[in-house]
Formats: sequence, C-alpha cells, structure tokens
Amino acid sequence: MLRIRNLKCYYGRIRAINGVSLSVKPREMVALIGANGAGKSTLLQTICGLLPGWEGDMRYEKEPLSGLRPPEIVRRGISLVPEGRLLFPPMSVLDNLKLGAYLRYRRREQAAINGDLEHVLDLFPVLRERARQPAGTLSGGEQQMLAIGRALMARPRLLLLDEPSMGLAPFLVKLILDILVQLKDDGMTILLVEQNARAALQVADRGYVLENGHIVLDGPADELLADQDVKRAYLGKDYREFYDGRA
Amino acid sequence: MRNILFAVAILLAGLGISSPYHFQLLTFIGIHTLLALGLNMLMGYAGQISLGHAAFYGIGAYTTAILTAHFNWSPWLALPAALFLAVLIAFLVALPMLKLSGYYLGMGTLGFGMITYVLIREWSGFTGGDSGLVGIPPLEIGPVSLSSGRACFYVVWGTVVLGFIVCERLVNSRVGRALRAIHDSEQAACAMGINTAQLKISVFMLSAFLAALAGFLYAHLVSFISPNTFDFLTSIRIVTMVVIGGMASIWGSLLGATLITLLPEWLHIFSDYEMVVYGLVLMVIMIFLPQGLTRGLLDIYERSKRRAGVPSTTAKG
Repeated sequence: MLRIRNLKCYYGRIRAINGVSLSVKPREMVALIGANGAGKSTLLQTICGLLPGWEGDMRYEKEPLSGLRPPEIVRRGISLVPEGRLLFPPMSVLDNLKLGAYLRYRRREQAAINGDLEHVLDLFPVLRERARQPAGTLSGGEQQMLAIGRALMARPRLLLLDEPSMGLAPFLVKLILDILVQLKDDGMTILLVEQNARAALQVADRGYVLENGHIVLDGPADELLADQDVKRAYLGKDYREFYDGRA
Repeated sequence: MRNILFAVAILLAGLGISSPYHFQLLTFIGIHTLLALGLNMLMGYAGQISLGHAAFYGIGAYTTAILTAHFNWSPWLALPAALFLAVLIAFLVALPMLKLSGYYLGMGTLGFGMITYVLIREWSGFTGGDSGLVGIPPLEIGPVSLSSGRACFYVVWGTVVLGFIVCERLVNSRVGRALRAIHDSEQAACAMGINTAQLKISVFMLSAFLAALAGFLYAHLVSFISPNTFDFLTSIRIVTMVVIGGMASIWGSLLGATLITLLPEWLHIFSDYEMVVYGLVLMVIMIFLPQGLTRGLLDIYERSKRRAGVPSTTAKG
C-alpha cells in the first residue's frame, strides 16, 4: 500500500533520514520504533507532505507521492495524527472533528460526513459527552482520542500516528492501542510511530527499528520483541519491570 | 436574527437622530467598523498581524478620488476599480509576505504601509500630496444625491450590515473553521489538508477589500482626503479597535470601532490631559478585560448570572 525506497530527508543542509526503505501492506499495522531524534516524526511528516525537502521514491497505492502537497495527500487517503496531538484548543470538540473532514465539505458529502461523525462519536463515547466543550479543556487521553477521531474524519485508508501514547498513563495507552487494533480489524492500514516500543510491538504485525536516520532492524513484531538487540536497546530489563508492573 | 435586529436599530437611529454632529460621528463609527471587521477576519480569526492596514484604506480612497475628481468617472464605476486595485495589491503583497509570521509579518506589513503612505504623499501630481485632494463628488443614486448626513449614515451602515452578514456566514462555514485552525496551529491545519498558504492570501485579500470599501465611502462622504488619514497611526488605531473590541469576534469590531471613535470626543473635557486619559482607558480595559470588550462583558454577565443562582450553561475555555 505504501512503499518507500531509499528515502532521504533534509532540514536545510542537515540530513535527518538517511536512505530509509519500508513498506506497509493493506490492512496491516506496522510499528516504527526508535529513540528520540532517530527521525521517526520526520519520516511521518515527509509522507504527509509537510516536509517538502526529500529525495528517493515514495509510492502510495502504486502512485508516486513526489511533489504532492498535503491537501492532495489527505485527499488520497493518508491521515496523520500528529505528535503532541496538535488540536485546536479554543474550538469545540465537534468543530475539531469537522475540521478533519475539511476537504470533504467541498465535495458536498454532508450526509456521509455526518455519518462518519456519528461513527467517531460511537468509537469514542467520551467525546460525545464533551462535544460542545473546547478541545483545550479535555484530559490528555481524551485529547488523543479526539486527535485520532479528527484524523478518521478525513476517511483515510492509511492512518499515520505519531507517538499516540505520549504523556499518557499506561491504562490509557492500552485503551488507545486497543482502539487501533479495532480499527485495523475493520480494515484500516496503520503506521504507528512509538517510543513505547513494547506496547507498540505487542499490537503491531511488523516492526521497523529506526536509529540515526537508518533502519537497523525489521521483522515480525513478535520476533523483534524477542530480539536481543531490541531488548537491550529499547525494552531493557528495568523498563520491562516498570511497564509490566503497571499495565 | 441578530442582524435583523441590528438593521432595525440602524433604521430607527437614522430616523430618530437629527443633529448633523451625531450623524457624522455615527458615519465615522460605521467606516471604522468596516476597517476593524476586515482586520478582525485577518488578525482575530486567521491570526495574521497587519500593521499596514491603512494602506488599503488609502488605496481605496485615493483610487476612487483620482478617478472621479481627475477623470470624471462616475463613483459607481470607480468603486469596482478601487476594490479591484486594492485586492490585486493585497494579493501581490501577500504572496511573499504571508510566508512570514508573528513579529516578522508585523514588520513586513508595517513597511508596506509606510511605502504606500510615502507614495501617496509624494506623488503630488495625482494625489495632491500633503495638501490633499479636493472636489471628490458625493455618491448619487439616479437623481438623488447622498450627501446629507442621514443619507451618508444609511449608506455606511447598510454596508456594515452587509459586511456583517457576509463575514458571519464565512466564519461559521468550513472556511471559518479553517481560519481559526490556522490561528491555533498552522502545522496541524496543514495536516488536515487545509491549503494554509492559499487561505491566508484569500483572507488577506478579503480584509483589503473591506478596507478599500471603507476608503471609498470615506472619500465620497467627506469629499476631501489627505495622506495623514492613511498614515501609520491609523493602522495602529485599527489594530487597537480589533484588540479592544475582541479578537475573533465580529461584533467586537463594532464595539472596538465605537469606543475608539467616541473616546477622543468624550475626553475633550480633559483638554491637555486628553491623550493621557485615552491611554489609561485602553490600559485599564486590557488589564481587566484581556480578551477584549465583547468576551469580557460576556464573562461578567455570565458570572453575575451564576452569582444570582442561575447555573451557566455555556462552557468557557
């Protein structure tokens, strides 16, 4: 569905991604893990067209993504749940969701949009309770749900998530990831970027490990979970205890 | 509904007032409301600062003045010309400028305002330079001349009502939501598929359109214009109207324009200390109602309602 070959991304003259190749198949959940500064967010933003300075080959459903601006990429069915959620805090939950469907309003899909709105509010019942509240007054977990709901409003076929677990309590992380699994079972393709490697690999089908702009490892998620290098670098014994104690 | 009430109020005010002084004052409030409304769309909703808005006001006024006074065009022919020119210039200015943001955009627009002011002042063959441009004909509809105080009042406030209706519809549409989204986070707006660059240019053009419209009305109602009406201080005054009235509030534009126009009139009694009191009033408003008059007054109203034991239903953030 998404195939990236030898991608290089630049911030001015600094190269943040150094020849990355990866692929996501339809109805698959792929986890991209790596430490701070490995280039995970850069990769996602590049796919969405937010960072125009890249070289290499990126194809979505066999069509090249080069030279496309974000509106066209969203229109083709790729939605991003950005890092740190980036909601529109003074606007109501409903307005935030409607903004997710921004491009579809022009095509007069009013009925379909309202249907999707109901669908998202069914998926996240807490958002229905808070529909008229400003998004800024929601708790962290609710904000993350809103960010995911907003991305779903564009009716994507490929959903990109940038650290959805950031700053959330473990039970909320589990809740969010369960929803992703549910979305995947309904036919969504998901590329999940996470620092919380264990949680991500537990729900994903496959995983890639990104380090300093390179893919250093890839494979089925359960193999990565068992891999000695991954364990040492990202799962760590202390970390595992910490996590298992709470999840 | 509110707009109908507003229109009725204007109609009644026009019938009830007889003093030319009051008519003149209200007409200026109307013109300033148009200016503030345009800037509020740009600043309050889309979050883009313009410190050069008087330039578009001036372009509107001088285009129509030159075409009617020098070339004997009918004002109704000069109107589209003035609006078109202002919108065109806004487009050309916005293309490079709206890549800037925050202070830098402020500086850029400030420079644009200064350039326009100097051009108007120095191009004296056309604009009359410092001594101004006289002999601008009043507006006419068929045989009826709209030069009386009451006619001016109705023309200006009719335009204001139209402007309010258009802007209100815009703000409550998907485009309005997109504008507010740009205000909050341009990157997130971009990720939603909003073409932020194009939208920013469009709203800049809309606000130039409204400013030029105000300039057109001003030129024909006053029949004399000079560069000082369109200088840097005017730009700042428009910004003040928006901030005092309330950012991202259409009715705030009306409130801000009213206050900023009336304040100097009321403060005449302080004679020498007029400007000191003027500044103090603005400071007090900003300290106690930092969200502007509209939001501030609404908050006070809601608080008093709660104190009276009636639970407030509106959520605030």
